[in-house]
Amino acid sequence: MGDIILEARHIHKQFHDPVTVQVLTDITFSISKGEFVSVIGKSGCGKSTLLYILSTMDTDYEGELLIDQEPMTQKTDAELARIRNAKIGFVFQFHYLLNEFTVLRNVMLPGLKLNQHSEQEVEHRAMERLKMLGIDHLAQKMAYRISGGEKQRVAIARALINDPHIIMGDEPTGNLDNRNSDMVFDIFKQLAEEHNQTLLIVTHDQSFAQNTGRIIEMEDGRIVRQ
Amino acid sequence: MNSKLIFGIAKSLLLARWRQTLVAAVGVTFSIAMFITLLSFMNGLNDLLDGLILNRTPHVRLYNEIKPTLDQPVNVSAEFNDSYNFIQSVKSGISRQEIYNSGPIMEAVKADARVLGAAPKLTAQVFFNEGTIDITGVINGVDVEEENRLFNFQDYVTAGTALDAKNVANSIILGKGLADILVADIGDVVQVTTVQGERFPLKVVGYFQSGIQEIDKVQSYASIGTTQKLLGKPNNYITDIQVKLHDLAMAPAVAKEFRQVFNVDAEDIQTANSQFETGSSVRSLISYSVGITLLIVAGFGIFNILNMMIYEKMDSIAILKATGFSGRDVNRVFLVIALSIGFFGGMVGLLAGFGFSVIIDNIPFNTAALPTITTYPVNYSLVFYVIGGIFSLITTYLAGFFPARKASKVDPVEIIRGK
Ligand SMILES: Nc1ncnc2c1ncn2[C@@H]1O[C@H](COP(=O)(O)OP(=O)(O)O)[C@@H](O)[C@H]1O
Ligand SMILES: [Mg+2]
Repeated sequence: MGDIILEARHIHKQFHDPVTVQVLTDITFSISKGEFVSVIGKSGCGKSTLLYILSTMDTDYEGELLIDQEPMTQKTDAELARIRNAKIGFVFQFHYLLNEFTVLRNVMLPGLKLNQHSEQEVEHRAMERLKMLGIDHLAQKMAYRISGGEKQRVAIARALINDPHIIMGDEPTGNLDNRNSDMVFDIFKQLAEEHNQTLLIVTHDQSFAQNTGRIIEMEDGRIVRQ
Repeated sequence: MNSKLIFGIAKSLLLARWRQTLVAAVGVTFSIAMFITLLSFMNGLNDLLDGLILNRTPHVRLYNEIKPTLDQPVNVSAEFNDSYNFIQSVKSGISRQEIYNSGPIMEAVKADARVLGAAPKLTAQVFFNEGTIDITGVINGVDVEEENRLFNFQDYVTAGTALDAKNVANSIILGKGLADILVADIGDVVQVTTVQGERFPLKVVGYFQSGIQEIDKVQSYASIGTTQKLLGKPNNYITDIQVKLHDLAMAPAVAKEFRQVFNVDAEDIQTANSQFETGSSVRSLISYSVGITLLIVAGFGIFNILNMMIYEKMDSIAILKATGFSGRDVNRVFLVIALSIGFFGGMVGLLAGFGFSVIIDNIPFNTAALPTITTYPVNYSLVFYVIGGIFSLITTYLAGFFPARKASKVDPVEIIRGK
């Protein structure tokens, strides 16, 4: 396979309140460019916790994380924010859009933050992505006025705005009906196949996982199969 | 850096909660408006009250005080240098109230660069005769033109013309209270008896109202020449030189210097009227503390509203952070929110404060004691507006500081997991 985009080396994570619980034990794996990886496991086995670490939002762990072959340990809050902004696209279970903004603006914000293109260009790129996901007609609507399935597609468009190295999703279809889940899955599939987009999606939907390129299975904070 | 984006986000968050924002801004507006109005009005009053005394009080007054010599002969004598000298029943010697060499002193004083002008004055104790009653009074002999120029004399002459005291021979301008007691109309002649027992008829050419009744019952004005004639003194006899300076604050230093140079007594305005300074500063202090209290209250309003807003916007903050905004960006967003509330609230407050001041300035205020005043006094000093503006920004900055810091510390993982 091609270049390694993301690499976890012996990641351990404990929670300390009120008693110390070992949530992740010796997580080691790597993801190469263009892979469509799903992470499955029972509820509570530590999938979300792992994803927050991989996305650099959680820095309280032991072990090593490399994104784009660059170690993430010892980086400041601002540096990590910059890496999230430029290299990682995130899709959550509860489609977290900013309700104060229009759909278009929601998609544009990370692009404006990156500050690599002019505002017009960012807007153009945002419209391209909305079009690709078939929701360009919603661009000027306020974010809270659209349906759940639509919100999740907007979130995907937002994740794509800066051409990230990897898109991470934490049960992105967990809150959607079958039709919308299928649509979101098809989008991921299309991104992986047509755009060679790297994806790391946590799910507990077996049929979803079966259709991805690679499955990482977790149990009690350990990787049991990959 | 990315200020436009930060401002854009702040604006959207503000407008999404415009009702709360408005309440917060109105708090600032109200307190700034009150602050401006209060200070303008209070200072207007201060100026008025100060003007009542200070405008027509010389900054430095040169005179000869009748007092016993400090160096009694026995103390000066070398013979008794080493002994304790007990002197009893010390009396003032034969000293004159007249300022010696008044002419040259006047010239020297006027030539001083710090001096705006100097006017001579002499006072005569007299009795005004009304039928069988004698009423004690004082006639101030003044140089009417200089008195007008330096001490706004004409403002207080409420009937008749100030200059007539100079132009009409043997004329007098009576205090309004005194005129009422004497039942003297303008054009009437009043009889005056000097301390030496001589009687003079003087023609009333005007009334004068100082705003302080006790003064108006006793004081009256005449020209220098008339007063000298009354006292039987030559035309170089004066008892006071009233000096007005360019800068009031220099008065004590100048007084001290003149005292030594001209060998006369010299009193500065600060010493003579210290109670007015105190009154003014207390009034200013009250208005500043009320204004600042109001601002602090408004500041707490902003603090509350921002805290509430951050609590409501946790999801948004988490999303911003997850998509690449740093804690610093979030901090700046909320500081911008706080400062814009302060800025716009403050701006409107300054305008409203100006509006209220204009309204107060147009409310009629007639009092017999203050002939030149027709409306409530207002001081439109720019300083109040600058202070008000700066304070509104500082208070809102402080009010926004902790909420903004709290927002910047929000852990996105906690929020996203918590859903
Ligand atoms: N803040 C926390 N403090 C203590 N324990 C936690 C905390 N967050 C998660 N856990 C525990 O960590 C384990 C893994 O949680 P999570 O990663 O959310 O699992 P999954 O996403 O696979 O369902 C769970 O047992 C959960 O109770
Ligand atoms: Mg989970």
